[in-house]
Amino acid sequence: MAWFTKFLSSTLGRKLLVALTGIFLILFLAVHLAGNLQLLKDDGGKSFNIYAEFMSTNGLVQFISKGNFAFILLHAVVALLLTVKNRNARGTERYAVSSSKSSIWASRNMGILGTIILLFIVIHLKDFWAQMHFGAVPVVDYDGKQVRDLASLVDLWFAKAWYVGVYVFCMGALAFHLWHGFESAFQTLGLNHLKYNAVISFVGRAFAIIVPLLFALIPIAMFFDF
Amino acid sequence: MKVTLKIWRQKGSNDKGSFKTYQHDHVSPDMSFLEMLDVLNTDLIKKGEDPVHFDHDCREGICGMCSLYINGHPHGPLQTTTCQLHMRSFKDGETITIEPWRAKAFPVIKDLVVDRTAFDRIQQAGGYVSVNTGGVPDANEIPIPKKIADEAFDAATCIGCGACVAACKNASAMLFVSAKISQFALLPQGKPERKERAERMVAQMDAEGFGACTNTKACEAECPKGISVTNIARMNREYYSSVISSYEWQVGGGE
Amino acid sequence: MKLDSKIPEGPLAEKWTKHKFNLKLVNPANKRKYDVIIVGTGLAGASAAASLAELGYNVKAFCFQDSPRRAHSIAAQGGINAAKNYQNDGDSIYRLFYDTIKGGDYRAREGNVYRLAEVSVSIIDQCVAQGVPFAREYGGLLSNRSFGGAQVSRTFYARGQTGQQLLLGAYSAMNRQIANGKVKMYNRTEMLDVVLVDGKARGIITRDLLTGKIEAHSAHAVLLCTGGYGNVFYLSTNAKGSNVTAAWRAHKKGALFGNPCYTQIHPTCIPVSGDHQSKLTLMSESLRNDGRVWVPKVARPGLRAADAVNIPESERDYFLERRYPSFGNLVPRDVASRNAKMVCDEGKGVGPTGLAVFLDFTDAIKRDGKKTIEAKYGNLFDMYQQITGDNPYEAPMMIFPAVHYTMGGLWVDYNLMTNVPGLYALGEANFSDHGANRLGASALMQGLADGYFVIPYTIGDYLAGMSNEKVSIDRPEFQEAIKQTSERINKLLTIKGKKTVDEFHRELGLTMWEYCGMSRNEQGLKTAKKKIQEIKAEFWSNVNVLGSGNELNMELEKANRVADFIELGELMVDDALSRSESCGGHFREESATEDGEARRKDDEFTYVSAWEYKGDNQQAVLHKEPLVFENVKLTQRSYK
Repeated sequence: MAWFTKFLSSTLGRKLLVALTGIFLILFLAVHLAGNLQLLKDDGGKSFNIYAEFMSTNGLVQFISKGNFAFILLHAVVALLLTVKNRNARGTERYAVSSSKSSIWASRNMGILGTIILLFIVIHLKDFWAQMHFGAVPVVDYDGKQVRDLASLVDLWFAKAWYVGVYVFCMGALAFHLWHGFESAFQTLGLNHLKYNAVISFVGRAFAIIVPLLFALIPIAMFFDF
Repeated sequence: MKVTLKIWRQKGSNDKGSFKTYQHDHVSPDMSFLEMLDVLNTDLIKKGEDPVHFDHDCREGICGMCSLYINGHPHGPLQTTTCQLHMRSFKDGETITIEPWRAKAFPVIKDLVVDRTAFDRIQQAGGYVSVNTGGVPDANEIPIPKKIADEAFDAATCIGCGACVAACKNASAMLFVSAKISQFALLPQGKPERKERAERMVAQMDAEGFGACTNTKACEAECPKGISVTNIARMNREYYSSVISSYEWQVGGGE
Repeated sequence: MKLDSKIPEGPLAEKWTKHKFNLKLVNPANKRKYDVIIVGTGLAGASAAASLAELGYNVKAFCFQDSPRRAHSIAAQGGINAAKNYQNDGDSIYRLFYDTIKGGDYRAREGNVYRLAEVSVSIIDQCVAQGVPFAREYGGLLSNRSFGGAQVSRTFYARGQTGQQLLLGAYSAMNRQIANGKVKMYNRTEMLDVVLVDGKARGIITRDLLTGKIEAHSAHAVLLCTGGYGNVFYLSTNAKGSNVTAAWRAHKKGALFGNPCYTQIHPTCIPVSGDHQSKLTLMSESLRNDGRVWVPKVARPGLRAADAVNIPESERDYFLERRYPSFGNLVPRDVASRNAKMVCDEGKGVGPTGLAVFLDFTDAIKRDGKKTIEAKYGNLFDMYQQITGDNPYEAPMMIFPAVHYTMGGLWVDYNLMTNVPGLYALGEANFSDHGANRLGASALMQGLADGYFVIPYTIGDYLAGMSNEKVSIDRPEFQEAIKQTSERINKLLTIKGKKTVDEFHRELGLTMWEYCGMSRNEQGLKTAKKKIQEIKAEFWSNVNVLGSGNELNMELEKANRVADFIELGELMVDDALSRSESCGGHFREESATEDGEARRKDDEFTYVSAWEYKGDNQQAVLHKEPLVFENVKLTQRSYK
């Protein structure tokens, strides 16, 4: 197995890990968004709560969720290792003048964007996920079925303007991260072909705009009580 | 024309360098950038000052020996080599900052001269087809589709100047390495050794201390020969498939 | 001194085959006991290093650049000839041989040239096997073009970068042997002397350009693959670093210098733009396939390209088409160059300096469309625009001849050995197979022929005849050479005069261009000789080289090379003086036909001039190697 550890410590091996976990996380975002959008349904949070209850109790979902956490960590840790290597590769002296014309901003700042997103995930988990799993969440009764009322908790947080602000800001960071990350993951996987590049690029950019935008719309809508 | 030059001066690899400012008043727009430096050096010598050292040789954009990071761009503002850059690309009175390539794997030797032998070592790790002189088949024995031959040629036009490394925020050499791997991966002649080649060259690239690619594509934008990042994707494919399926091999090149 | 060319007896077509059989072989197990030094890593050097290492010899290779891949072979654009006859247009080994002999104005050896044509076919096979991406047709087979006025399409090419692709092929083959441990590569290391032990070349003295360290290397044979000396003219299409130092030091140690005055002036270069000019840029000769060369019929000083489009057809003089109806714009290089000079001498030259002629693509664009022209010459047009700022799609290019290649070089026999045993010269560094003029796309062919297919055979014959015992660099011969080299470096550093190295080099270049350039005459050459001697005297008393000898010091490197160029310049003038005929690139005004064409004097000058060094400031001595033509009939070249 020496070849395998060697592979994982090579720059290309590490890039592959970042790309694969990145694509998984992109899929996760889509699923997560589908659930969250139920908050916008005008049913007092019923469908969202039933969905949340299902997600936190179903065995298979819980298993995938553990994997998801692992991938988030792996994505961040490997990216960090690469970033350290990359910084060292530049050497001790930096350029006095550096032009930014030859690449897009997001591509040069994936580390910062990723860090913002990671911080967001920590806050997000503390306020919602941890509460759902370990905290005291009020219980509602839907046709005799006891379900935890996560929607009310969300309502509570999204009534705070500063919280909504942070949330929207972080979704902005996510948008930029995806703008470069989506396409970049395909390039790293070696999926670059003149026939398909335009499609990958279009889908990636559409995803980078639409998904974070919809995520951000939820707290805004809830704050203003649309 | 008159220009102000801010040039990195460094006596030797172990000395500390710093910028020095020179006023250059006899610049003609028809001069190449290097000729402008020649004139500066003549002036410096006349004054008894050490001339600015920079690498150059063919001065026709093909040998890849000239370098220079000019106003934030490797080879200056145009997508060409420094020797093909002319002063008409600059404004009268402009301040021009000239730095050496900056990368751990390209240590500064003196002033603007850097050591790029890392590129040679990467090539030595596998950038060849193992055929001896003589005893080869007739040149027309293997037909190669024109499209493939052209694509291999496009990759093979790399001049090994190191602008990709200089342009990359990670000092990554992947555009260079992928160009060579691509040339041989595309051509039938390179097929027998393609797996070992990809693994060896990538391993050597890592060992030299170059960074990883984050797909900013700055290399492609700055490459004087317009080498495409498509090659990097191809290198990745070659590398992954070879790691999965090749036999174990020893790092270090050779037979 | 008796010069033995060692051309084998027998019919032309069998000479090489027979010779190869007669050469002695080194036992495979013994090859690893022999060391070979190769100086220069261009086409000849890199291909020789790879091939000899593959055979089992231990090779030490040296280049002054930061990487062997930078050697100036890389800049060759047009292509490489080979008698493959893939196009079914009547080419053959004999035709390539004949064209080369005739193109060289019958001043090359039949045996050498035939061998060159013979091995040319193997070169293409070799390069393709290495993965050199030559141009191909849609069917997947190799593409050819007619080049430099050849009547058949025998030139293989890789867009406008054939030299680059061939060199990278040879470089990759050498890299394989470096990885293999059979070639030890020394980058940024310049050879400054050759060391003779018991009359045989047994090593060299080098200077590490980064640390300044002077070192000795010993071996059983020394190969000089150090290219040409066109930079003696200061302005040439050669790389800035190209120099004659290795060959010149060998000459001073006894190696004869062959035909030094044979210089090729390439007709299609970008004209000089001002005093700051540091080098000249070649535009591929292939441009003459579609471009038409002209000047205005009536002198119009300072005519710009942008205004040229307004000059009506009737007022244009397409002088090559007019004077040479059958070859037109495709006359050989020397003829095209000389005619450009002639019209400029008449005052009809264009551009700010009056030293340029137009190369016009208007008709070609009209005929084939801009797209076709762009596909053929796109990169050349871009390069032209980058350098001059003019757009050649809209206005004609301006071109002027420039020094491009030197046919002269160290005298070698059929085995590529100089008259010093164990000292070989390959590629442009030898006096070569091109006679007095080289055909387009033949330099790459010769470099690779020497390195891949000649030296691997001939060196064995020499090594097999000597003991494999190594000589120690502690021997007095090496130590004395180190001492002399160091003294010379110190001398250069201590003069501390008033003029820069470049100023001397420019002065030398102007003198050479004026009196020993495209056309030469006795009086001019005598003036030049005097001037060069003055330049030499002043150089050694008034040059200013700053810095020290134990660091990277590019001024010192230049000074060392220019000092040798000055001495070479004088020898070139001597040679041009002694050859009072016109042949190929050497045009003596005294030897011309009535309408100004070159006139050879075969009864007097059918020989190779080989010059012997006699000491500092001593007159060099001429030796003659008669040229024997058994197969071709000497005719006066005519392209009318």
